[in-house]
Amino acid sequence: MTDLLALLKKLLAAPGLSGHEAPVREIIAEAWRPLVDEISVSRLGSLHALRRGDLPEPRPSLLISAHMDAIGLMVTGLAGEFLRITEVGGIDARILPGQLVTVHGRKDLPGVIVQPPSHLLPPDHHEDHVSLDNLLVDTGLAADEVRRLTRVGDLISFAQAPIELGGEVIAGHTLDDRAAVAALTVCLDELQKRQLAWDVWAVASTQEEETLGGAATSAFQLRPSLAVAVDVTFASSPGTPSYLAFEMGKGITLLMGPNIHPALYKVFKALADRLEIPYKVEVSGPHSGTDAYTMQVAAEGIPTMVMGIPLRYMHTPVEVVSMKDIARAGRLLAEFAAGLDTETMSKIVWE
Amino acid sequence: MTPTNLPKNPKIGAAQIRLLERLTNACSVSGDEGELRSIVLELVRPAVDEVRVDALGNVLATKRGQGEGRPKVLLVAHMDEVGFIITHDDNEGFFRFETVGGADVRYLAGKPVWVGKEHIPGIIGSKPIHLTTWEERRQPISVDSLRIDVGPGNGSKVKPGDRATFATSFTRLGPSLRAKALDDRLGVATLLELVTHAPQNIDLLAAFTVQEEVGLRGAGVAAYALDPDLAIVLDSTPAHDLPSWDGSENTRYDARLGAGPAIYVADRATLSDPRLVRHLVETAEKAGIPYQIRQPGGGGTDAGAVHRQRAGIPSVSVSVPARYNHTPAAICRLSDWKNTLALVYAALLGLDGKGWKVEGV
Amino acid sequence: MKELIRTLVETHGPSGYESKLRELVRAEIEPLVDELRVDALGNLIARKGQASPEGKQVMLSAHMDEIGLIVTHVDENGFARFTTLGGVRAQNLPGGRVRFMRGPMGVIGVQYHSEPYASSFEEMFIDLGAKTRKDCPVQVGDVAAFDRPFTNMGERLVAKSMDDRIGVAVLVETLRQLQSTPHALYFVFSVQEEVGLRGARTAAFGIDPDLGLAVDVTGTGDTPKGVKMEVGLGKGPAVKVRDGGMLTDPRVVDWMVRTAQKARLPYQLEILEYGSTDARAIQVSRAGVPVGCLSIPCRYIHSPSEMVDFGDVQNAVRLMVALLSEPVTLG
Repeated sequence: MTDLLALLKKLLAAPGLSGHEAPVREIIAEAWRPLVDEISVSRLGSLHALRRGDLPEPRPSLLISAHMDAIGLMVTGLAGEFLRITEVGGIDARILPGQLVTVHGRKDLPGVIVQPPSHLLPPDHHEDHVSLDNLLVDTGLAADEVRRLTRVGDLISFAQAPIELGGEVIAGHTLDDRAAVAALTVCLDELQKRQLAWDVWAVASTQEEETLGGAATSAFQLRPSLAVAVDVTFASSPGTPSYLAFEMGKGITLLMGPNIHPALYKVFKALADRLEIPYKVEVSGPHSGTDAYTMQVAAEGIPTMVMGIPLRYMHTPVEVVSMKDIARAGRLLAEFAAGLDTETMSKIVWE
Repeated sequence: MTPTNLPKNPKIGAAQIRLLERLTNACSVSGDEGELRSIVLELVRPAVDEVRVDALGNVLATKRGQGEGRPKVLLVAHMDEVGFIITHDDNEGFFRFETVGGADVRYLAGKPVWVGKEHIPGIIGSKPIHLTTWEERRQPISVDSLRIDVGPGNGSKVKPGDRATFATSFTRLGPSLRAKALDDRLGVATLLELVTHAPQNIDLLAAFTVQEEVGLRGAGVAAYALDPDLAIVLDSTPAHDLPSWDGSENTRYDARLGAGPAIYVADRATLSDPRLVRHLVETAEKAGIPYQIRQPGGGGTDAGAVHRQRAGIPSVSVSVPARYNHTPAAICRLSDWKNTLALVYAALLGLDGKGWKVEGV
Repeated sequence: MKELIRTLVETHGPSGYESKLRELVRAEIEPLVDELRVDALGNLIARKGQASPEGKQVMLSAHMDEIGLIVTHVDENGFARFTTLGGVRAQNLPGGRVRFMRGPMGVIGVQYHSEPYASSFEEMFIDLGAKTRKDCPVQVGDVAAFDRPFTNMGERLVAKSMDDRIGVAVLVETLRQLQSTPHALYFVFSVQEEVGLRGARTAAFGIDPDLGLAVDVTGTGDTPKGVKMEVGLGKGPAVKVRDGGMLTDPRVVDWMVRTAQKARLPYQLEILEYGSTDARAIQVSRAGVPVGCLSIPCRYIHSPSEMVDFGDVQNAVRLMVALLSEPVTLG
């Protein structure tokens, strides 16, 4: 049985910003290899892991996607002993001052993001308005060392170590979407003991935070009959409107909306009811904000579904998630995959 | 009894760095300095003639020297750090809080904290960017809107009144040290080293003060009680030596990292005694110790309270410069700390009892 | 090469109306390539070389189109209202001259207002010297590009549409200088980049390459109180690490840097915080393609006076030749 906490800590410790996911891909490949029949890497770096089914060829397939890329920063220039930065993925600059980071230069360098006092900022900036291009990273090293060890284009990850907050709740950076990668691992682990009729592709996709390019190209390449994206969704926390958020630790979400095939949603809902897995219905607009957005329109189009894991403080280094919800997501995915048979596609039709 | 196997002169070596690590990783928010107080008492007791804790929680210690007419020199370092105090239990593990001392409010969102005596891990969360508007992101985040989240399981372990600090652990970065509360654990560590290697030509009066960050409240009563001839305050001054956005010269840096101990001539609270400033400068130049003059202007140290006590006490402050004070992670240079200790020790050795109560400047 | 650049930048071809450019480029490269075709959107695609066992299918892309204006209405006094094709900047327009694809010239005027503030496109119009709607030489739907001559300042070259005629020139000159290649190289002179990378998207789908390389302009940070950016004119062609739409495959960045170092050519690393290029469209084509972009540093992009450094341009050609002459190892 997957030791979820240990797996999460390993996943969260590996760097893997959008476009540069190789380090975390290694960790995921290591975890998935014993659970699947075949592992490969797509041209854009997504990890494809196949668990073969028993039906005769041509066998229908299910693609489950969880994105492995992290948001972070990148060095745009040097200013004396300080680094100037830009973002990779979407970050609210107001949370950056004081964040501990790791600069992946010629070697890994600990650093901290800092905001210069207002007299060193452009005239239209007051002390309070933080814009990313005026923040700096201080590594504590002298200017010549910094010049020797870093350069334009170097990546910067958040250095916040995972924090266990009682009650099977964990805080850290990049739980968006490594929590889903962990859920997908739980699913693969469950499936070890089950027969599968369909092929199941577990995909750790790249570049979701920037272009959704990993999922789009993987879906094009693998041409699954059905595709499910597992991502994080907003958990209730102070300042988050209650009508947009879901309670953490009390279950997963099932999305419905133009980005989801209604028949596929119905199948998931019925399954969750039957298994008594707690869930809430999440209504989404045409863009679900997940890999499903591009997977739905790959090649000839694919019926898609999205499952959400509630997460607090999304896109900060202190995202919080409940491991109970991760386990629930993994279990529902496994049951869904194991239940796919020759009749399934006949149910995925439009009324 | 003073241990006899100590090296003769105070210095910053591996043991002192380990001590600084212990001090910065400890939590002592203004008004709740117990954790620091026990460490200080543990280390000071075996080294001094007298030690006591006063009504506010200051630790006052005396190590007498030898010789007639020797001066009574007060050395001051504050034990408290800026932090937070829990004000209300919002249930489900969420807590309202206020800042204590001038914690930099631009640095709060999305940070881990330690709460209470048991250092319960918590985080100050922040609204997901996806739910904010561009206009909203141009506004500062108000402390009122933030909460400390300890997770639903640990809510019962935290209550209003508990203090919290940033959860930054000490680390060494090449020539630099990075930790929370370098202001003023650098001063405390320096003072501990001086107390345990006290020069014989003075009576060394040490005040490890409380509540500096909320109005220099501990230092005044400590100085009143100890009634010294002169005082040297060991604090950590901010260094704003960052680049300007357009590459022009930064003319308001306060102090610079790597330029040595910062000697205060004037800040918002104190005009340093010119004789003491002169003595420090001459000592530094004679001993070849680098030093800088901290830019006159704003800010204040315990000297602000000390020099006004009784009939007046000639005072000066000397600081190890550090960047990003009052934020989760401050940075200083090890060389500046070494030079600060060396300068203060040499200055103490060069003091005599003459003329401190006379009006000669 | 300067003559080629002059001819390219002084030819008009806003997005969707690239035919003159297509003819020009076709004439230049026809004797140099193995195969030439024009696809359904108007991309000019030229193949040079066959893929050997150690070679790849490589798609190179520089866009032929430039930003421009399109007429939306002609009023009763013969003034033409317009909207934009691609990222035209309002502050660059008042007083400027445009030439319509059909020939007529026009001047851009602005409505008066008493407070000085930046005008929007809706407050501007084109004056073609007509007095009434009837004698206005253009009609709704007609397309115009900016009209400015090429200026040779010696080391620096200035013109409108250096974006991306300079990239086109680099690819043409690369074709001229390339002696041999182990790859099947598809030189794509693409259309409609400025309105959404449309030509590159379809060209990439059609070619289905193993590797893609765009050549386009990028900004610089070396003008007074300019954008904070490390790239500057005269410091060499830039290897793009990222821009507003794309993260370059780090293996491709590495390959380009190693090649430049081995050939002892100057180069810069580029991060552009806005904008994108054909490379982005190629990257997410089909099952994905590792891509990169060789950028020509350029000041005043999308103004009528874009400035590049000729040394950078020549070094870009040398680097392209070095990149394409050898097998590619993406580590």
